This record gives sequence, structure tokens and C-alpha cells, in this order.
Amino acid sequence: MSRSIKKGPYINYKLEKKVLQLADSKKKTVIKTWSRNSMISPEFVGQTIAVHNGNKFIPVYVTENMVGHKLGEFAPTRIFRSHAGNKDKASK
Amino acid sequence: MARIAGIDLPKNKRGEIGLTYIFGLGKSSARKILEEAGISYDKKVQDWTDDELTKIRNIINEKFKVEGSLRSEVQLNIKRLMDIGCYRGIRHRSGLPTRGQHTKNNARTRKGKKKTVANKKKAVKG
Repeated sequence: MSRSIKKGPYINYKLEKKVLQLADSKKKTVIKTWSRNSMISPEFVGQTIAVHNGNKFIPVYVTENMVGHKLGEFAPTRIFRSHAGNKDKASK
Repeated sequence: MARIAGIDLPKNKRGEIGLTYIFGLGKSSARKILEEAGISYDKKVQDWTDDELTKIRNIINEKFKVEGSLRSEVQLNIKRLMDIGCYRGIRHRSGLPTRGQHTKNNARTRKGKKKTVANKKKAVKG
């Protein structure tokens, strides 16, 4: 079930504060975050956010198309290293 | 022969069913079209007059996205997911289910025909 529109999108408030600050200062630093469930809002565009995947931080460069998705969608938590005998598809 | 959106409709089906042969129209949208054109659902496709046909064509042109343009839209949506590299896009790329289904068994619609692995040990029945 999707989230009620009345509440608006969920963004971790600390993360939001940091992003807005960074957008003002025009500096380019990477923000580390564990908040995978935060929605990407239009203010995030053009910034790099390091999203934790449970092991390490995956840098995600936010583009316009990503607005509306959540940060966790861009930092996979599982690594699949192909089955034996599956030579043709070495997918990442 | 009724030809709408590049598709030949089956002659001897009822209108509401005949329209569903067009990609992008199901029964409910077919009913909406017929209602707006003022044609009975039960009227067979072959009994439509030219007037009625043009009416239907116009309604579809104005209000519905069908066939080629709809297909390309769907493809573009998938392509967007793949380009931004989100989880759903990755699943599309690797040809696995995108909506969180289990893939230990089944999921054959996405994975395609079974690929048998040679020399795989048979599970011993206990």
C-alpha cells in the first residue's frame, strides 16, 4: 500500500537539513546516510549521497529522473555472483 | 472489415469484445467508448455503420493511447528504470521479477524456460 498523500513524502529530517544546507552553500561534498527509506526530493538533484547498504556506503549521484524514488533503491544490499555454468551472463 | 488503429477487428464478435483486440483497450474502456459513441455493447462489429466507425475512431484518437505509442511508452518507462540504476531497473536488466517475488523456484515467466545444469547433484530424499 502506498503512503498517504496527506502526510507527504518521508525524508529523514536530519538528512533533509544537511541537503538543504549543502544546496545553499554550493559546495560539493558527499553526504553519508543510513536513511535508505528517504524519498528523493527535487532538492537532492545534482548532489552525491553515500547510501549505506548494510556494509558500506554506495555513492549515488542524484539525477532528475530519480526524484520520487527512495535512496535505498540505488544501493543494492545483495550481491549476486552468477551460478556455476552460467557463463554468458556475468551481470552485476 | 472494421479497421481501427491498424488492427483488423473480428467481424462477428460483439462490439465491446471486438474492441479489446486493440492493445490498450480492455472491456471497461471498450464500454466507455461505445457508450460515448451511443452504440449498444451487443452490436456486432460487422453491423457498425461507417458513421459509427468514424465516431469510434475519433474517440480512440482523442482519449486513448493504444498500440504502438502505448507500447513505446511502456518500453520507455522500463528504459528509464534501467538507466537510473534503481533496484527495479537492475531486476529488469537481469530478467528477474521486479516486484519482490521469490525466485528460489518458479518465476518462470520472467526467467524463461528452465536451464538444466549438468551434473547437478540430485537432492537425496530423506
